This record gives sequence, structure tokens and C-alpha cells, in this order.
Amino acid sequence: MPHGTFARFIWPSFLAMILFIALPIISVAVQSFFVEHEQVMREVENCGPFKCTTILQVDLEATEALKADAPLGRFNGLGTYTNRGHLAFHEVGQAWATSDSFGAFIAVVFNLPFYKALFFTLSYTFVVTPVVMIFGLFIALGVNRLPQITKGPTIFASLLPMIVTPLIGGLILFWMVDADGIIGATLQIIFDDPNLSLKASAPLTWIMLMVYGVWHSTPFAFVVFYAGLQTVPGDTLDAAKVDGASRFQQVRYVVVPHLMPLLVFITLMQLMDNFRVLEPIVSFSAEAKARSLSWIIYNDLSGQDKLFGSAAATSMLTILGVAILLTPVLIKTWRDFNRRAV
Amino acid sequence: MSIITRLAVASTVLGLTAGAALANCPVTSGSVRILANDFPALHAVVDNAEACVGDGATFSKNHSTKHNEIQVAALTANPAEYTTKVVANASIVPLLNDGLIRPLDDLVAKHGQNLQQNQLIRIDGKIMAVAFMANAQHLIVRQDILDQVGKAAPTSYEEVLDVAEAIRAAGIMEYPFAMLTKSDWNLGEEVVNMYLGHGGAFFKPGTADASVNNEKGVATLNMLKSLMEYSNPDFLTYNTGAVTPLWESGELAMAVIWGSTVGGLIDDEGSTPEIVAATKPVGPMTVAGGSTPASSQWWDGFTIAANISDEDAEATFIAMVNGISDDMVMANNDKAVWLMDSYKPGVAAEGVAAAASAGAEPYPMLPYMGLLHTAFFQEVPDFLQGNESAEQTLADVEAAYTAAAKEQGFLQ
Repeated sequence: MPHGTFARFIWPSFLAMILFIALPIISVAVQSFFVEHEQVMREVENCGPFKCTTILQVDLEATEALKADAPLGRFNGLGTYTNRGHLAFHEVGQAWATSDSFGAFIAVVFNLPFYKALFFTLSYTFVVTPVVMIFGLFIALGVNRLPQITKGPTIFASLLPMIVTPLIGGLILFWMVDADGIIGATLQIIFDDPNLSLKASAPLTWIMLMVYGVWHSTPFAFVVFYAGLQTVPGDTLDAAKVDGASRFQQVRYVVVPHLMPLLVFITLMQLMDNFRVLEPIVSFSAEAKARSLSWIIYNDLSGQDKLFGSAAATSMLTILGVAILLTPVLIKTWRDFNRRAV
Repeated sequence: MSIITRLAVASTVLGLTAGAALANCPVTSGSVRILANDFPALHAVVDNAEACVGDGATFSKNHSTKHNEIQVAALTANPAEYTTKVVANASIVPLLNDGLIRPLDDLVAKHGQNLQQNQLIRIDGKIMAVAFMANAQHLIVRQDILDQVGKAAPTSYEEVLDVAEAIRAAGIMEYPFAMLTKSDWNLGEEVVNMYLGHGGAFFKPGTADASVNNEKGVATLNMLKSLMEYSNPDFLTYNTGAVTPLWESGELAMAVIWGSTVGGLIDDEGSTPEIVAATKPVGPMTVAGGSTPASSQWWDGFTIAANISDEDAEATFIAMVNGISDDMVMANNDKAVWLMDSYKPGVAAEGVAAAASAGAEPYPMLPYMGLLHTAFFQEVPDFLQGNESAEQTLADVEAAYTAAAKEQGFLQ
């Protein structure tokens, strides 16, 4: 394609990408380098229905003057990135210097909010992503073998978890695993432990969140694989059968290699999706046991005191995290692409 | 209420107040736009304010539990999206910090003759809000269960532990107690309350430096943890919406809840007559031999936005004063603990009234209190789950607060 044609063809999408993706990210990045102005405060008398007290209050005029001079706030450089709420260089350095064993060092580091969240986020990503792909593939293979008449309803039912809004699906499960809920009560009977509570123990909460993640994302993998299965060349499969390949061997040596590009695609999507896990934590009220990077951003931006700089810094770190996670997959795709081009 | 009694009440009110409250109703020009939290008492206020808006004036309202999330953005706009925001002692702080609400001295002098002095919230000598109801957390008990174990209603958290142990030992309930300990704003509030009960100060005097890592802080956390021994292990998911149904289904014998929730527990919906009859509001508990209740006092009131025309401000003020009129109080007596004179305290109000008479501290109205509150609920779950020591948790609270306060410009 001539370059001119290509440019004319691509410019609307290119413009949209700049407007709706690049500029917001740049804006967030700029925000992350700034913090609020110093709040000028003075003591004032404060009287309510119950009593009078002397308290510090923000001196509006003085603070307004500061804000008018520099609306973005105070430049803080990478200060927000390195403070305790994020990478915590100072605290990590201190922990390294004072801990007498590696275990103690790790314990201190995982007590810091960012690393605690990163640990959960990565665990969630690396457990949910492969399980989703395996389940998705098996369901697709299973559905593909069904008689034609039952295929439609089965596919529809299998897609339901993806159709339910994540927050709502999470809330429904939250009440089902309650000690009085159908799943919670059944588990108590099965394990013969009347005090068993999925919400009370940290490991069970993690498992519950991951099970939810698998339940929610498997339909996506399933539907992509199922579409791919329709294009598996019948000749190759027949040839494999003639050669005496078992059902497993057919899948292993014919179907899976054929689906490889889809596998890469789902891996990319799942890594991105799972790395920004948020909804199940909110709807399961699990923030005491499991916090993700997205939850930190959500927490900074909700409530009445909003920490925009802090949220922006965590957002940039999350983007960086996604980029690092995706790099190996992208490199592999790039190599495959070049090989094919040659 | 029959028409006859309604007329009788109305004429009494007119007789008492000589019609002063209604003198300016209805407003016939300007615009009244209300942003408020979403619970029955505020519906009553806002509906009565609406009744005062006549032809020629416009009215709109937004009841939302997410009111705090949108208030700053909505009132920063010029003209502001809402002419009045119904606030409490914590949610007024961001509005004050940014200068988004106007002093009400002129309007109070002109239209507020019927307001009590203690309803006027004065900051630096200027009236910034008009309070109309009080709220506080306090203990409620099931009298029938206390009778079974032969205990009197507790007055301190130490006695709560004692009674809870007796109930457990008698095999009545494994987890007889609950507080609002969901690991969000709710848990922060419980820590604040317990710390106030220990007589603790949150900040070094005259500064924004947090000082909670002390003996009182440790005692606060330890008491909360002891109490949680008698609360269901799911306690970190307990908010009002979770505790209320547990109470109504008879699974709790003692609970610390908001006074504004009690009315819903003793009405004839959602529970059995036996449980309703046995539900008794007690009052706030003391702790560690102190005399200050381990509870904070809250008020709800209305403010007027700064970025609106004087005409709208006056119309809104008149409508809101009518919203909290004596008529409204008499028609909605049991929905809240009203601060107006015409209020007659009922059973539901006993707990909040007890908190006031016991001298509970008001929730601190400091610009940086919200950040410490957030630090509490982010860090304290670690301690309550037994992952770390109280001292470590309190050090984490101070560190988390300091990082946030530096970013907000309260600390250097």
C-alpha cells in the first residue's frame, strides 16, 4: 500500500488514539509529578451544637493565592513515586539495613501498601490467567463435540458469567458464600465445621477471589477458542486419525498448534484484565485481606479526601507493570510475525 | 394521623410560633437545588423544604449516599450545581477547606429567628451551617437474653466483654456481639470512637502531626480486638446493612450501631415481635475506667453554596428553614434526634440523648482528620487479623497518614 493511502486510511483512528488514549495518559503522568499546595492554616474558634473548641482551619485567602499562582500544585518530581504509599525507597532501604534475615526483610516490605497490593495482583494474574485458558480450551473442545441441537443453548449458558456485570456477579456470589448463603452453608456441612467462613480467613478469601476471576473470564477464552476450533483443517485431523493418533494426541499436535495465535491473544487480554483486578475485591468486601493496585487507585479517588497525585502515580506504575508483563508475549508475537513475513 | 389531630397540631404550632416560620413561604423567585444524603430523616427535611417552593421559583433535589464524592466538584462549579448541601461534621470539612460555602450570618438574622443558638455552627465567629439533627453510635441490647444470663445492661466495654462471655458460656450464642467494623470508613469510625473513649488526642496540639502511637492507642486496638473475639469472624465485612438484618433475625444480643438506625429496628417490619420488644437502646459505653463515652457526636445540618446568586441563597435558606420547621419535627418525630425545641424524644432517641448527656466528644472537624480516618481503616485490619503487633499497626497508621498529609499539603 502506498504511504499516502495508508496515512489517509489510518488518520481517523490515529487521531482518536491520541485524543482518547495518549493525551489522558500524559495528563495523568503530569499529575503524578505534582502534589497539593501547602495548606496555610490558622487557629480558629469552632462552635457546634455540643461545645466550642479551638481548631486549625485552612486559611482560605492565603491558600487561594498559592493556588492561583500555580494551579497544578507544587512540583514534587518523583517524590510521590518514592514515598511510603508507592515504591517506598526509604522504608525498603531501612528494612534492608535493619532486618537480620531475608524473611524479616520480606515481611517488612509486604507490610507496605504498594508491595502488598503488587503481591496479590501478581498472584491473582498468574493463577487466574492459565486456569482460564485451560478451562476455556476444555469447554470449547467439549461443546464442539456436542450434537448440533444442544450446541446453541450450551453456548448461551456458558457465556452467562461474562454477561453478568462484574460488580453484580461479585455481590451475588458474596451473599451466596455468606455463612447463611447456599454455598457457604453447604461448605460448612461438607467440611463439618460450623465456623467455616470464606470471608474470615485470608487464604480462603484469596481462593474465593481467584475462583470468581476464573468463573468470570472463562467464557471469554471459551468463545475465542470455540471460534478457532471451527477453522481447524479437517484434512489434517483425518490424516492424524489415519496415522492412529489418539484423541489426546490430536488435540496436542493438531488443534493446539493451530490455535496458538489465539492462545497468545487470550494471554495478552487476560494478563491485562487480571492485572487490573478490582470489582471482586469491592463486591466481596475483601479489602482487608486482598488489595490490588487498582483498588489503591480506587481508594485514593473515592471518599471525600481525594489524593490525585497518589492515584496518578499508582496508575503510571500499573501501566508500567502491564507493559513489563506483556513484553515477553509481545516479543514472541513480533518474532512470529517476522518469521512469517520472510 | 386524622385530619382533626392534624388541624389541632397545626393550629397549636401557629399559636406557638405566631406563624413566623411560615412568614416567608412560599418563595416565589430564585432556585433551590438540594444535595443530601439518602435516609428517611433527610427525606422529611427536603420534602418540607420543597413544600415551601412556590410558583416562580425552581426546585430540584438529589438524595445520594455518594453525596460526599460529588460535593466538592458540584459546588466548585460557578454557578454551583446545588444551592445547598446537607452536611455532617466530617463532610463539611472539604467544603470549608475550599471555601465553597458562604457565611450565613445575614440570612440567619433575617430569616432565622426560630433557630436555637446551639443549632448555629460557628467557625471563626461566622455561622457556616445550621444543624438540625444529632447522631451517635451506641450500644443496643436484647433484654430477654441479658435476663437469661442474669446480667444488667453494660455501661462499659469491659462489662460488654463480661456479658458476651456469659452469653457464650450459657451456650445461647457463639458470637453475641457486633460493631460496624467493615474495613472501610466504618472501621475507622470505631477506632476513632474507642480512642476518644480512652481520652486520646489524635494530633500534637496546634499541629497536623498525628500522635496515636501511644499507650492509649495500644489500649484502643487491644479493646477492639478483645471485642472482636465475640463478633462473628466475618466482622471485617460488617456495616449497617449487614448488622441490621442479623439483629432482626435474632442472631445478636448486643450491638453498637448508629442512633439513626434504632428506629428501623424497633418498628414492626423485618423482625419478630419478641425481638422488637426485647430490643433496648442503652447508650454509649465508657472504656478503661474513663468517664468520656467511647463514641463521637455527630450533627447533620445544611450549608449554602458560595458560588450562587444572593437571590438563590436567600430562597434556599428560607426553604431549608421551612424544611426543619416545627411542623416537620412533629410529623417526623421518631425519624431522628432533632435539635429543634419542638422535638419530643422517644425510645429510639434514648441512646443518642445518653451520648449527649454523658458528654461525648464531637467528631473532630479538622481539615486533615479524614486522612487519619482513612489511615486507620487501611492499617488496623492487619492488627485485628492477628498479623502484627499493635505498636507496628499504629506506626503504620502514622506513616500512612504522614504520606497522605504531605501530599495534601498539611505537613511539610
